[in-house]
Amino acid sequence: MEEKLTLFKNRKRFGIEKNIDIIFKNTALVLSSFVAIILLGIILVVFFQSFESFSRYGLKFLVTSEWNPVKDEYGAFTAIYGTLVTSFLSLLITIPLGVGTAIFITEDFVPKVVREIIGSFVELLAAIPSVVLGLWAIFVMEPFFRAFFVFLNNFFGWIPLFSTEPTGRNSLLAILILVVMLLPIVTSIARDSLNQVPKKLRNAAYGIGASRWKTIFSVILPAALSGIMAGVLLALGRAMGETMAVTMIIGNSNAFSWSILSPGYTISSMLANQFGEADGSQVSSLFYAAFVLMILSLVVNIFAQWLVKKFSLKY
Amino acid sequence: MNSLYYQKRLSRNIGDKFFTYLSVICALIAILPLIFLVTYILYKGGSQITTELFTLEPNPPGDDLDAGGINPALIGTLIITSIASIISIPVGVGGGIYLAEYSKGGSFPRFIRFGVNVLAGVPSIIAGVFIYALIVSTKILFGSMYSGLAGGMALSILMLPTVIKTTDEGLKLVPNELRYASLGVGASMYTTILKVTLPSAFRSIATGVVLGIARAAGETAPLIFTALFSYYYITGFEDLFYEMGSLAVLIYNFALEPYDAQNKLAWAASFILVLSILSVNIFSRILAAFTEKTKRV
Repeated sequence: MEEKLTLFKNRKRFGIEKNIDIIFKNTALVLSSFVAIILLGIILVVFFQSFESFSRYGLKFLVTSEWNPVKDEYGAFTAIYGTLVTSFLSLLITIPLGVGTAIFITEDFVPKVVREIIGSFVELLAAIPSVVLGLWAIFVMEPFFRAFFVFLNNFFGWIPLFSTEPTGRNSLLAILILVVMLLPIVTSIARDSLNQVPKKLRNAAYGIGASRWKTIFSVILPAALSGIMAGVLLALGRAMGETMAVTMIIGNSNAFSWSILSPGYTISSMLANQFGEADGSQVSSLFYAAFVLMILSLVVNIFAQWLVKKFSLKY
Repeated sequence: MNSLYYQKRLSRNIGDKFFTYLSVICALIAILPLIFLVTYILYKGGSQITTELFTLEPNPPGDDLDAGGINPALIGTLIITSIASIISIPVGVGGGIYLAEYSKGGSFPRFIRFGVNVLAGVPSIIAGVFIYALIVSTKILFGSMYSGLAGGMALSILMLPTVIKTTDEGLKLVPNELRYASLGVGASMYTTILKVTLPSAFRSIATGVVLGIARAAGETAPLIFTALFSYYYITGFEDLFYEMGSLAVLIYNFALEPYDAQNKLAWAASFILVLSILSVNIFSRILAAFTEKTKRV
């Protein structure tokens, strides 16, 4: 009896242990809120640094293409156009290729081992640093495609997109290297969402006599569409923010041209090129451009997350 | 009777064949350039590898026939990624622990998880711009402007979402029975986490973190105006507060030089970077496949 009482006397935790527990929990809480602090910090810092330029040019900054540090006149239309054109056109090429490849490695055309090797190879490529891709683009891709660009200009020169004579680095090369970078993203996300489509959907379609591709187009792809869309949007965000490979191959010229065969600019390549040497109101204008880029990629990203949440539970 | 056999000419069969070949062509177009790219980098860069490469400083671009080595950039990459890891691993693992172990739904953890995804999508150059505004231009680090430390901080912003996500997801995979058992024998919450749940999720967290580090090692955009570049050997601790070279920035700078010697150095640096990143990736993949097979729980 006596012994039991002393046992119970100690059943409470020591004060110090309780305190450690509370401290541990609160540290974790503080550490997790760092994400929010950094995110807000980035938005606020970039916004306030761009304030001078923002109040001077307002929204006119987005539609004028004059960028003249000597005259102190800034407008980012060339860079914004470049960002949108390179990212959308590269997606346009990537989507069919990536989804086609994803279908190829989720169907049973070739043995499973081969498909798995192809799949993991594609994923490995996502790990190659973009600066290395840029190096490759400069020394291998540019000479390789030169003749093709001349051909494009000769035969399709009447389309504004191909209206300038190709000279060395240009936006189309940036688009092509973006395709190389985005393919692994789109392919692996499309593959994952195709794999998640329940087998019974496929069996049901086969059972009522649908052919393989009828099944893919009418059942499998629609069922996986939300996942694929989210992957595409993520890739779009990547394409807009992609800096190094694009900077190295796009030619970096602020002279505006509709043509993708002429040297161009994207917001990120403008930042990479000019940020180091800029001073005065140019810095503020660059921050303004960075703010535009950030808003673009935030909108795309948030939309992607919303899409996933909204449609992910359908099947 | 005929209809029981496979008919080649039927429009649906022709269509099926057509799309099958189309997907094969897609896969070929997608994969061949990629194979070509990797072999070209490994071949072109591998042929430049010498022992001087690892010991010499790079020579400033000019008419010199000899470009020197990449020693400072190699060491710089190691230092900058270590700084990024030292910052982002404790913060990320701590944050992940909160999300997975303590939060019980509600708006705060949902907001943080959302923030993690958004931060993961922030363009890497924005991280550089942010650190430039916050640290480089204000000279807040003991009066130094461009520094390896600032570069490491910029990289840590990019690593943070990866670390939090892998910790969160790794801990969520730990079966609740382990937690109940630990709490049931009287362990406190923090003992449970440190002695039971974290160790059992250790492998998956470590894999994710290592992959994150490998990704950060190749990032260039955040470094070009935070750490800048340096041609000189890293000799001591105080070099942290000065410009610091890295493999990625070396590739960027030297690829754009008109001189052949510098271009070759860029290829050599790419070889080292790609080889180390790919081998880390392949190794962790094999490890992950191995653990999946031998999983006990």
